[in-house]
Amino acid sequence: MKADNLLITGAIVMIGIAGVALVGIPYIQLSDIKPPKGLKPYTSAQLRGREEYVSQGCLYCHSQQPRDKSQAPDADRGWGRAPVAGDYYYDKPHLLGTMRTGPDLFNIGARQPSIDWHLGHLYQPRAYVPGSIMPPYGFLFEVKDKADPGEHVVNLPPDFAPKDKVVVAQPRALDLVAYLTALNHTYPAVEAPDVQTR
Amino acid sequence: MATITLLSAYLISIVALVFFIIAMIRGWFDSDGRGAEVIFAPNEIGTTDDPAASVEARKALQATLPVARAPDPKELEARAAADDSSRLLTFVFMGCSILWLLVVSATGLIASIKLHSPDWLGAYEWLTFGRIRTLHLNAMAYGFLSTAGFGIAFWLLPRLLKTTLRGERLALFGGVLWNAGLVAGMGAIAAGISDGLEWLEMPWQACILLVIGGAMMALPLVLTIKHRTVKHLYVSVWYMGAALFWFPTLFIVAKLPGVHFGVEQAAMNWWYGHSVLGLFFSPLAIATIYYFLPKVMGVPIKSYSLSVLGFWTLAFFYGQVGGHHLVGSPVPSWLITLSIVQSMMMIIPVVAFGVNQFYTMRGHMSMLVHSPTLRFMAFGGLMYLATSLQGSFEALRSMNTVVHFTHYTVAHAHLGLYAFVAMTFFGGMYFIMPRVMEREWPYPKLILWHFWLSAIGVTVYFVGLTIGGWLQGMAMLDAARPFMESVAVTLPYLKARSVGGGLMTLGHLVFATHFLLMVLKLGPARHAPATFYAPKGQTA
Repeated sequence: MKADNLLITGAIVMIGIAGVALVGIPYIQLSDIKPPKGLKPYTSAQLRGREEYVSQGCLYCHSQQPRDKSQAPDADRGWGRAPVAGDYYYDKPHLLGTMRTGPDLFNIGARQPSIDWHLGHLYQPRAYVPGSIMPPYGFLFEVKDKADPGEHVVNLPPDFAPKDKVVVAQPRALDLVAYLTALNHTYPAVEAPDVQTR
Repeated sequence: MATITLLSAYLISIVALVFFIIAMIRGWFDSDGRGAEVIFAPNEIGTTDDPAASVEARKALQATLPVARAPDPKELEARAAADDSSRLLTFVFMGCSILWLLVVSATGLIASIKLHSPDWLGAYEWLTFGRIRTLHLNAMAYGFLSTAGFGIAFWLLPRLLKTTLRGERLALFGGVLWNAGLVAGMGAIAAGISDGLEWLEMPWQACILLVIGGAMMALPLVLTIKHRTVKHLYVSVWYMGAALFWFPTLFIVAKLPGVHFGVEQAAMNWWYGHSVLGLFFSPLAIATIYYFLPKVMGVPIKSYSLSVLGFWTLAFFYGQVGGHHLVGSPVPSWLITLSIVQSMMMIIPVVAFGVNQFYTMRGHMSMLVHSPTLRFMAFGGLMYLATSLQGSFEALRSMNTVVHFTHYTVAHAHLGLYAFVAMTFFGGMYFIMPRVMEREWPYPKLILWHFWLSAIGVTVYFVGLTIGGWLQGMAMLDAARPFMESVAVTLPYLKARSVGGGLMTLGHLVFATHFLLMVLKLGPARHAPATFYAPKGQTA
């Protein structure tokens, strides 16, 4: 075989094997996975919030995949049980994450259901978590003299609230919090088998 | 199904290992040398060559070898013609890569500082950590490293194939499309439009430009290979040719819109994420070392067969290691195990390379003093060994449990892409540019400054973040310690990272300034035009 033919054939075979193993087989194996009964599809506000999560790059510091008890004490930190593939049924794109510069968020909605906490924490993380290195997301809010009717005013600790002004959440911030508070995978991963009655 | 896959992976891996051992025993890796000699003209072995070195340094470099003979002038003429054919294209790609390098430095430094001073520039949405960090990665991968790698490949291939470059204009236009796609993709990320997968953030619409541009760059390479006048394809051609085929394959599969879902997408994401390192950037850098190291030294690589074995084992194992990014996640466990096994198997090609480099350089270490190119190459090669061995062990479950979600991994990534790949490319660029511009580097001292700023910078970066990441991981594994402790413990090391990154940035500024001076023909014309083909004794 001529050298250039050998090269191109070899290169195709090698990447082919890798692609089949790491993409092809998982594709087939995972394509018939069904969502667990306890998992609800995202609402449109939550989906918009999820886009905001991607847009701000939250995934670069927060994972969404608690590890199993046998591997790490994630459950003891309140991050939840180890996930199963079905938990990610509605997730496009996947947001498993690779860093824990901040805590895992797979069950942040169960751990911290307060919308006000989330809004204030997004506005200035250090107002709620001293020593936090999370970026402030002030640009998702508006600082104005008086809130208009229907606007969500953020309650901030006095030290962090602007003087004589109010901070209101933009719709993007509310969507993001809708998504965060929806991150709740505390339902059982495996359904209890139906009781067979004779 | 899963068991069968896993078992066959083990079997194939073991067969490969057995093959390796038999080959060693049978002496297949003896320094037969024939293939290794194709990069030299007849009688050229024994002649050192580093256009980046000053006249004095070049003399000193040559003095480390016994008397050189006069290389075949016809072949040198042909080589000059090959260099001539790629001049414009190489220049454009090198220029782009240096512009991207400045973007990489600025974005990286901002991201680094933000991690210990989170309120700094906090009011600007496009500069928020999640975006600037992503801009940094994309500018590095698809900006600096890709354009520098393409530039080196375009310059090397005509030389290695002993012909002139074909389809130069096509490649030039492809390069324009590539850069345009990249600017569009990065603009989208800054504006908050992202596909949301690490390494694949640029919206797929912008990536179409990269794919078309990439194809237009690949075609000339195929044409050039078809018109080659050498019978033997040197090992660098293998690495480069395969890398330039693998990358579009990976990229297209990964960016197919609407195909990937949920956990499968995570598996695909890291198949791509690690393969783009192992099957694109690494082979380009290895090809660069395999050419320049022996070329500068005037000594063929020790074992040519070992380099070819390294190629095939890398091609087989490196595409399958991506699952080690998902240890502990809900992807099928056979996949994770397969990737861990193949990560360990990567020791074979890496050690094959390291042994080869060591034995080629043995007895010639003093050349490092005189040759800037060689210094960057040797540093890069050594760091390839270091980062790959570290990576193999990071894949093991026990190690992965501690370091996976921490800054330790970030340090590892910089050891690979910067200390290995970028430093190797710097070396290649220092060699190539004098030939392209027909002018020497105006201030040789600046090359030294660049080397030491980058080398010390990345050392500070790596050591600091490795320690910080390890402490972070240990803190996180101890449920008795609050999570915030795992943040607080990293702070001094995050600051050290900014210092290291600052030094690297300074180095890049020195490099960019030097490049600009050379291009604008400023500074002392010490020795122009550089005719590096002069035999020993007459430095034209």
